[in-house]
Amino acid sequence: MALASVLQSESVDFSNYGRQRRGFASGLYETELGLESVGGDSLSFALRTSCSNGDGPDRKIEFLHGTTTLAFKFQHGVIVAVDSRATAGSYIASQTVKKVIEINPYLLGTMAGGAADCSFWERLLARQCRVYELRNKERISVAAASKLLANMVYQYKGMGLSMGTMVCGWDKTGPGLYYVDSEGNRVCGDLFAVGSGSMYAYGIVDSGLKQKDLTVEEACDLGRRAIYQATYRDAYSGGQVNLYHVHSEGWTRVSQSDVLMLHQQYQSEKA
Amino acid sequence: MAARYDRAITVFSPDGHLFQVEYAQEAVKKGSTAVGIRGKDIVVLGVEKKSVAKLQEERTVRKICALDDHVCMAFAGLTADARIVINRARVECQSHRLTVEDPVTVEYITRHIATLKQRYTQSNGRRPFGISALIVGFDCDGTPRLYQTDPSGTYHAWKANAIGRSAKTVREFLEKNYTEESIATDNDAIKLAIKALLEVVQSGGKNIELAVIRRNQSLKLLESKEIETLVTEIEKEKEEEAEKKKPKKST
Repeated sequence: MALASVLQSESVDFSNYGRQRRGFASGLYETELGLESVGGDSLSFALRTSCSNGDGPDRKIEFLHGTTTLAFKFQHGVIVAVDSRATAGSYIASQTVKKVIEINPYLLGTMAGGAADCSFWERLLARQCRVYELRNKERISVAAASKLLANMVYQYKGMGLSMGTMVCGWDKTGPGLYYVDSEGNRVCGDLFAVGSGSMYAYGIVDSGLKQKDLTVEEACDLGRRAIYQATYRDAYSGGQVNLYHVHSEGWTRVSQSDVLMLHQQYQSEKA
Repeated sequence: MAARYDRAITVFSPDGHLFQVEYAQEAVKKGSTAVGIRGKDIVVLGVEKKSVAKLQEERTVRKICALDDHVCMAFAGLTADARIVINRARVECQSHRLTVEDPVTVEYITRHIATLKQRYTQSNGRRPFGISALIVGFDCDGTPRLYQTDPSGTYHAWKANAIGRSAKTVREFLEKNYTEESIATDNDAIKLAIKALLEVVQSGGKNIELAVIRRNQSLKLLESKEIETLVTEIEKEKEEEAEKKKPKKST
């Protein structure tokens, strides 16, 4: 895979060096971080963090594999929660990155991988969605929007695009959540977490979603908690937690909480 | 060089007409009649079957074609041109299913066909398609639709319409007889289509081909027996009405 040769994977403790396939990653290509999607399809989609080890070529591109983005469907729509840290190797480039792209008033896209790739293609998607709306006099469905994005990037497969995004929205069939990446994967699901901190996020959300029928408040808290826990353990995630809620009227920006504040809040709750 | 196709065939006349398009519409007027009716839970297409030569197999050329499970069309005009248009429309129906993961709406596929036709009125070295099409079907939400396109590339939605030879007569008949009651049931809508065609078709039921789409069902071509039965019903009703009128006159 072109991307694999560009990146050399140094990962956090839980994964191996190099491109070893993990047991549960059926791994289409080498750039996996061995995380299955919820449905058990053994698709690996999270990308490894890049590093400048000195053995590989100098990497001047800033990637956002070091990230935690998360989205899950629940009774009242979709919760989208992301962190806001950008790293270049072990250097924290920014703590205030906007990793949720507002495609249009009822569609959101998250950003993982190359920031430029994500924002460019999602803005292009916004243009396509608007044209569709004007031509057909009705909003585009989440399935169609994610399909358009997947088809667009598929043409550049193997040319070094790096994008792992979740397209979230609400259409006439209800809440919609699709994971689309630059490998050409497009998967529908109820829960996705992408990035180096995704494992920690999964742990929180999986246990929190056991109780069905979450209220909006509870779901937001769960999303916020999941990102917080990921930032607590993952060095490459941090900054603020940006939380969005997608419902039948569109999306709402629920909150932006600094992780350190959340830490103090949760600590005091423990006491 | 001729290979460059520099010259446009469809050019404006001094008084603003596109003669090629109008000639194409003349070609449509020579084709056999087709009628379309939009009922409440059914859409009906009826065409006049041209008499077939003795040695010719009857079923080779069908004038009513399915574009997808829920959309079908009938045309009037040049059969060869229609084949091309139908092929493109069928491919587009499937492409739409692939990219949008939803079946086409009748309006979408009509718009696609109309855009295709318009492109041929503004291209090098090409002539317009010599067909008008009646496109019927149900949208995802269950609404029945009937659209008509013509060689210029315009399209409109209709409650009932006719194209081809004697289209005007049939349309006038429909204007008089299309009421909410007359299409109240599926059967009534089918009978209205047959009645409309009988106005212009010689020798009755044998020369009529009828197709229906019901909501959530695919295209169904009626068998000649069914058509014959309906035609006899219609003729009976006509006689009964004529008899009712008679006694009033003789007082």
